[in-house]
Amino acid sequence: MTEILIRFIIGGVSVSFFSLLGDIFKPKSFAGLFGAAPSVALATLALTISKEGTHYAAIEAKSMMLAAVAFLIYASCVSWTMMRHKHSALFVASAFLGVWAAAAFGLWYIILK
Amino acid sequence: MLVQIDFSILKETRWYQVAVRFCSGGLVTAATGLIAQKYGPGVGGLFLAFPAILPASATLIEKHERERKEQAGLSGTVRARQAVGLDAAGAAMGSVGLFVFAWVICKFVPTHQPYLVIAVATLCWMIVSLLIWHMRKRIL
Repeated sequence: MTEILIRFIIGGVSVSFFSLLGDIFKPKSFAGLFGAAPSVALATLALTISKEGTHYAAIEAKSMMLAAVAFLIYASCVSWTMMRHKHSALFVASAFLGVWAAAAFGLWYIILK
Repeated sequence: MLVQIDFSILKETRWYQVAVRFCSGGLVTAATGLIAQKYGPGVGGLFLAFPAILPASATLIEKHERERKEQAGLSGTVRARQAVGLDAAGAAMGSVGLFVFAWVICKFVPTHQPYLVIAVATLCWMIVSLLIWHMRKRIL
């Protein structure tokens, strides 16, 4: 339970920090780089290494590479849709999370499983 | 357009928007640990590149851009959508840096000082993301 709480706090701080950086920079395309910051990874990797070891962290990182490809697909879909259609940002960004999940798990199943 | 820092946006940010980001980041990070415990590092690792920032940021950008235009007596709906689209395009470019970050961790963390590898991987994310953004700016 303590570990989950620590992860929650570190993750919250990390994501908030990179979000803040994304807020203050202009132009928006530059600020968007921080939307793909390794915020969750930075929050969790040190804990993982100290508890499970470096080999475990390397396996996680291998999967993360595939999830980064899924992230590219996700962010491209959100960008394309927001530029061309009249849906709200919350709807588009939330709806395409399914695309991220499908791409990430699909790639993992095909390449790593 | 040159890269600029604008702190005025922070005045427009409400406490609940900060709380939403903090909680979403915290929940994803905690869930990643639990998923890795239950299903192993292969599945858990996927969530290290979960888009935790983009949905909350997109909503915030849309709101701020619309409010700014409406204060000037204009409809900000189109401008707000374009701003979110540009932000997401930036995130797409940053995802290449995210891939490189993961590759550096995967390749070097078992054989080198782990915390140094994390620092180098973060630096690589930053450099690759900036390079891609700069290249894209020059090409388009």
